[in-house]
Amino acid sequence: MGEHLTFIASVTALLVRAVPVTLLILAVSGVCATALATGLTAMSVARSPLPRLIQRTWTFLFRGTPLILQIFMIYYGFAMVPWIRHGILWTAFRDPVFCTCLAMTCCCSAYIAEIFRGALAAVPRGEIEAGRACGMTGFMLLRRVIAPSLVRIALPSYSNEIIMMTKSTSLASTITVLDITGVAQQVIAHSYRTLEVFCAAAALYLLINAGLSALLAALERRLDVDRAVPSISVPPTLEPLS
Amino acid sequence: MMDDLSLLGFGPDGWAPLLLKGCMLTLAVSATSMAIGTVLGVLLAWARLKGPRWLRRTALVYGVVLRGVPELLVILLLYFGLPSLILSLAETFGWDAPGLPPPFLIGSLSVGLVSAAYQAEIFRGGVGAIAKGQFEAARAMGFSDLQCFHRIVLPQVARIVLPALGNVWQFNLKDSALIAVTGLSELMRTSLVAAGSTRHPFLFFGVAMALYLVLTTLSSTAFHYGGRYSNRWDRG
Repeated sequence: MGEHLTFIASVTALLVRAVPVTLLILAVSGVCATALATGLTAMSVARSPLPRLIQRTWTFLFRGTPLILQIFMIYYGFAMVPWIRHGILWTAFRDPVFCTCLAMTCCCSAYIAEIFRGALAAVPRGEIEAGRACGMTGFMLLRRVIAPSLVRIALPSYSNEIIMMTKSTSLASTITVLDITGVAQQVIAHSYRTLEVFCAAAALYLLINAGLSALLAALERRLDVDRAVPSISVPPTLEPLS
Repeated sequence: MMDDLSLLGFGPDGWAPLLLKGCMLTLAVSATSMAIGTVLGVLLAWARLKGPRWLRRTALVYGVVLRGVPELLVILLLYFGLPSLILSLAETFGWDAPGLPPPFLIGSLSVGLVSAAYQAEIFRGGVGAIAKGQFEAARAMGFSDLQCFHRIVLPQVARIVLPALGNVWQFNLKDSALIAVTGLSELMRTSLVAAGSTRHPFLFFGVAMALYLVLTTLSSTAFHYGGRYSNRWDRG
């Protein structure tokens, strides 16, 4: 029993050292995917048909195929394209971490853009009209009226997507990245003790996801204007009129 | 270019038959895991809604864990862990060591277990969408629990949850690609083998992407029409 516990402790220590890799992939692809998704959302409501077509094709392509296939395509497939193989891009494309981040950015941006698109459609028309009536145009309307509503509406689904992304980072292990799953597989190859190692890895993922969802839930609560504590103290009762 | 075409053809060095077989296997694995997920998902939803407290807790923990752990990890855990678990179980009970479970079963079981966690949430939401009064009315009419499920819950929930189940199906289809790590020659694995042995990864991964797009598009169309059909009485 004691030996068992020391094994689990040592494995956990090894796995914890791989957490930064997982978090790095998550952070880079999360930020890039969100930025790209914002662009795609803007394209989806463009007046000319070309940007809308690009956004639709992008979504169709990346939501319709498995992420693992996209990762393999970028890591193994692009390596065979001459102008990538022999060009300046090769320094980036031979790095599996970069390839994972690129694939996840493309894939998740398609999902996040759909979330933003849905939220944009749910922003109350009246708010935008009111903004226009106050003389707001363009960027100011976006910043003062549309964006605050959009963020609040999109946040719950966006949080779900971030959790999905955390889980997807494990696919990096299939192209030799030593993230949590990669290290776990390595340890199993040495020790043949599957159950303990995978359970320790699973616990780490659960911990990361619990932390992330707590963080996002806190953000959601903070942004929730209806439940927010009013900053100006309201007198509890009105003075009776005499 | 002619080279590429013959690689994708039905000729002696063409990969078309294997790729199509891979498609079929992908569909079969996804369908099996969807079925496992539905059965287990209904049970989990029932446990969350009506079960005794310990069962409710267990179902809750199951959902949190299986939705918070990467699918790849679940597949690897079952693929590497299940055989040794079966062996040690057989040892403790003194049975003969059974053969290793086939990769197809392990693959669809692991995707199905994850799918069940998501489907349970959907079914729970679906039952929640039925007006409370209907249950009271059913009880007042003397319906048993089973009758209530059959006559009241099932016809309505099936309609409510269909679009969400379509989503889960799409995820299942894409998660089934992860089973490639166990060596089951579904579409992803076949394209990987083809890419490796012909040294044309760009071509074969491209073809596999196209085939996945066909599968996802066809099934989303099917779910669209299924949804229209199940709501046929709804549009006044």
